[in-house]
Amino acid sequence: MELVCPAGNLPSLKAAVDNGANAVYTGFRDDTNARHFAGLNFTPSKLADAIRYARGKGVRVFVALNTYPQPGGFERWQRAVDQAADLGVDALIAADIGVLDYAASRHPGLNLHLSVQGSATNYEALRFYHEHFGIRRAVLPRVLSMSQIRHVIEHSPVEIEVFGFGSLCVMVEGRCILSSYATGRSPNTYGACSPASHVEWRETADGLDTRLGGVLIQRHPKGENVGYPTLCKGTFKADGHTYHAIEEPTSLNAMELVPDLATAGVAAIKIEGRQRSPVYVGQVTRVWRQALDAFARAPQDFKPRPEWTAELGKVSEGAQTTLGAYHRPWQ
Amino acid sequence: MSHSETGAQVSPRLSLGPIAYYWPKDQVNDFYAMVADAPVDIVYLGETICSKRTQVRHEDWLEIAERLTAAGKEVVLSTLALLEAESELMRLRAICKQDRWLVEANDMGAVSLMQGRPFAVGHSVNVYNDRTLALLARQGCKRWVLPVELTAETLADMQRQRPDGVETEVLAYGRLPLAYSARCFTARARNLPKDDCRTVCIDFPDGLVVSTQDDNRFLALNGIQTQSALTMNLLPELARLRALGVDILRISPQANDTEQVIQLFHRALTGEIDTAEASDQLARLMPTGPCDGYWHGGAGMEQRAAAAS
Repeated sequence: MELVCPAGNLPSLKAAVDNGANAVYTGFRDDTNARHFAGLNFTPSKLADAIRYARGKGVRVFVALNTYPQPGGFERWQRAVDQAADLGVDALIAADIGVLDYAASRHPGLNLHLSVQGSATNYEALRFYHEHFGIRRAVLPRVLSMSQIRHVIEHSPVEIEVFGFGSLCVMVEGRCILSSYATGRSPNTYGACSPASHVEWRETADGLDTRLGGVLIQRHPKGENVGYPTLCKGTFKADGHTYHAIEEPTSLNAMELVPDLATAGVAAIKIEGRQRSPVYVGQVTRVWRQALDAFARAPQDFKPRPEWTAELGKVSEGAQTTLGAYHRPWQ
Repeated sequence: MSHSETGAQVSPRLSLGPIAYYWPKDQVNDFYAMVADAPVDIVYLGETICSKRTQVRHEDWLEIAERLTAAGKEVVLSTLALLEAESELMRLRAICKQDRWLVEANDMGAVSLMQGRPFAVGHSVNVYNDRTLALLARQGCKRWVLPVELTAETLADMQRQRPDGVETEVLAYGRLPLAYSARCFTARARNLPKDDCRTVCIDFPDGLVVSTQDDNRFLALNGIQTQSALTMNLLPELARLRALGVDILRISPQANDTEQVIQLFHRALTGEIDTAEASDQLARLMPTGPCDGYWHGGAGMEQRAAAAS
């Protein structure tokens, strides 16, 4: 299985490449990708440098163009497709049908992957993207159980990439607009979820409140660790209880499922976190490289080592990890 | 490219979207008995949220479809938005293989199955630009629903590029569909695992309201779907919707007073009541209150249209 690692900038890309990624994924410096954060991502010339560095070490470079352009902005996505093709990227990761259509017709040689934001959870959907755009790989949303993933792969016309580690979307990607409901900006339209521009941190007599678009997401008592107010991970009241009504602030860690994922025929494991630091990218890549190598050497004996789990735990959101949807009871 | 903002204005037709919630079978039957006599032109039928909701089965939906067709309604069979299990694909195939009624695809899996025959796409299929709509139209798409987070400006751009023979529908009234998940949040609220959910969503005929810790009624949990607690109402925008050549306005069913909602839209469309007065009355029928922010380019939860009183 290929290890696909995030690169929000050149130092992160180098950290991923140097620590054993097989491929890295990047984005341009605008709203054409779903990590549209200040100071993050690549200009075309920086991406050219990145590709040179990665290629020199035998690592492939993918570019994510995985937001949904509206008619007024479509040219920007076209230009980004052209730039990626001109740079000779190893794959373009796209979600929007219009973007895929443009890329497939304008650059027939360009290797296309369906982004997780394309929201394809079943093989009938995958067939559509394969038939019309010749996609060669799809990234599955983080909503399927292990047995559902096996079933998709058995019937899929394209190879399958799944998330192995990182922040966890509890909603099916590409079809969640909670963020724009509170802020006007969503991953689909703007390339960011719960954007920092709409976050407020407000000191109160009892501690600190975090708000998104004015909506109270979390109330931290004095001394408690303060997390980022991602909307779906807030504490709300429902049916007489106050709790994480949607999801706890945990990270996905599917390392113990590496043997099952390999048996299922998963082609690649993706690490989330283009917005994270080069240190995070380096650590997570190194640990996953060790794990995948250990599995390749002795598949029967594979078990995540405690030091790997501890290392990943340190960089996890909320310092907790979960198997997410892969583990049926979570659903 | 026959449509433009200055073109001939035909009054939009009214549609009733699928019931998003899990209602007992008797309630569903009573509801559609009411609908048979109500002034809506198009009725979308079927379970779109969760395949575990089995009070009304496929055959029952077809019976309701026959009754509504006999009552003069255009019936469309709607489909699941999130397809995970093979059993769900099998049910989808059963809907897609019939050709008595139009099918509304709510996932690209359904689009894939319907290719080459006429179909509609619902608001959970991401049609964000004209190139996407043109490709779907070449596959047989005859009607699309504006994704709910898009603005009037984007709709105007889309309408200028709309392929001939494709109708535009806009969700005009209802709690907003905001997200879908593998996880059932209603079962979670009751501390039940999804595999043993006991379909507790049947206890919440308008969804389970989630409030912030400072008591702002924010979201409504509807099984694996998350909706807005506020009800979007675009009736105050009727003149603009007409000018944009929108063909169909969709009302999303709610547990109570859907009949009055339909009547108010109908009377506003025929000019018997002005849109501000009708919207004032609509606001009193909403479970939580109104919003219209997306249409105006703001946060979805904002309310921009001023109250009449």
